[in-house]
Amino acid sequence: MFLPVTLQLLEGFWESLKIFGLTLAFALPLGLLISFGSMSRFAPLKWLLRGIIWVIRGTPLMLQLMVIFYGPGLLFGLPAMPRFTATIVAFSINYACYFSEIYRGGIESISKGQYEAGQVLGMTKPQIFFKVVLLQVVKRIMAPMSNEIITLVKDTSLARVISVYEIIWAGESFIKKGMLWPLFYTGAFYLVFSGILTVLFAKAEKKLSYFRS
Amino acid sequence: MTVLEVKNIKKDFGKTKVLKDVSFSLEEGQVLAIIGSSGSGKTTLLRCLNFLEKPDSGEIIVRGKHLLTEGCTEEQIRENRLHFGLVFQNFNLFPQYTALKNVTLAPTLLKKGTPQQLETQGKQLLTQVGLQDKMDSYPYQLSGGQQQRVAIARALALQPEILCFDEPTSALDPELTGEVLRVIRNLKTGGNTMIVVTHEMEFAKSVADVVIYMTDGVIEEIGTPEQVFDNPQSEKTRAFLRGVQEGF
Ligand SMILES: Nc1ncnc2c1ncn2[C@@H]1O[C@H](COP(=O)(O)OP(=O)(O)O)[C@@H](O)[C@H]1O
Ligand SMILES: [Mg+2]
Repeated sequence: MFLPVTLQLLEGFWESLKIFGLTLAFALPLGLLISFGSMSRFAPLKWLLRGIIWVIRGTPLMLQLMVIFYGPGLLFGLPAMPRFTATIVAFSINYACYFSEIYRGGIESISKGQYEAGQVLGMTKPQIFFKVVLLQVVKRIMAPMSNEIITLVKDTSLARVISVYEIIWAGESFIKKGMLWPLFYTGAFYLVFSGILTVLFAKAEKKLSYFRS
Repeated sequence: MTVLEVKNIKKDFGKTKVLKDVSFSLEEGQVLAIIGSSGSGKTTLLRCLNFLEKPDSGEIIVRGKHLLTEGCTEEQIRENRLHFGLVFQNFNLFPQYTALKNVTLAPTLLKKGTPQQLETQGKQLLTQVGLQDKMDSYPYQLSGGQQQRVAIARALALQPEILCFDEPTSALDPELTGEVLRVIRNLKTGGNTMIVVTHEMEFAKSVADVVIYMTDGVIEEIGTPEQVFDNPQSEKTRAFLRGVQEGF
């Protein structure tokens, strides 16, 4: 029984990984845009984004999934998005908001002197950001980002509230056949994957330890 | 030849008038020392010269060229800045780069030469400030005095016409100030035009051609070191110098 169960769970886990990978691909850059906006000197944009961040971080992701999947239909009579698309949209917005706050904390923690040193040396704003500030920010946000990304691995299981197939669902489907252990077995997949991520993040942190700031 | 003319610079921060009508000029190769108690506007003056602050009114003229024009674009501000260099009180080195890369980064980004030329220049500058053994060290591996010398080399790499120092030794342990002051003294010998804000009175006295005593956003007294230190005209200057003597 072990091999077919493992294969079935792997199939479910592949769906989980797709949610994970696509969410990261969208949320990492989107978060940077949101963080720039939330630090903007243009007050309406800044407060709009901070309001959105407050709502997204203040409500459960599970609820956001349902709102994005059912909301457009209920409110405006629009056809619903495919379930998987809705999942990626909800996850990307949710994680982008969390990431943006981490980015903002990192960017704001860089001393004004670093920008001014760049300025008096005649650098442009993009040069200062990319050549002076960015790597220092990356170093500082490494730990909170790795936490958040490992949380995302486990959060992918929430997608099933709008009936998106993933590994927990795959595990649960064995209960009908009188098998409980595959459900518990799913935990091993999460553990292995988050273990791999932990090692990768530790490596990245080590790589950035050549300087101090 | 007059390198710099500063005319009637005024700067407010909200209600506080930080610079009230500051004017002076500087000849090629001269060293100007600015002394004065904390809060008198010395840093703000240097920041205006380096376009980190925008004066409310006044003129900054370098070799006859007016730099403070209405509606300056960012591009122009960046060009204006390059007439000046600024060495900060707390160094502000880039922590992720070696000493050499700190020196070569800006000229590389500004395309001031080929990578080989700039590397050669960077090594030469670090040697000039006595750091030939520390080219590949990261800032955290250097003492404060060494970091400040890297910062000086970094500023020199863009060959500014006027190099400004904002209390370059006041973040240093006393035993490390000498090495930095020596570098500044050598720069004078090399003919660099400099403005040094400092609390080191002996240094100001021996290295400066002109000394300004600032108080409360105005130039209270200006003259040669002999005039300002040995024969001050203003009662405020006398009181400040007495205070400094008692303080040390
Ligand atoms: N960005 C700022 N905003 C408001 N006040 C400032 C700012 N920068 C300086 N000041 C004020 O201007 C005055 C002069 O400051 P500064 O130029 O730093 O003096 P100094 O370098 O002579 O100690 C101080 O009263 C200081 O509080
Ligand atoms: Mg100051």
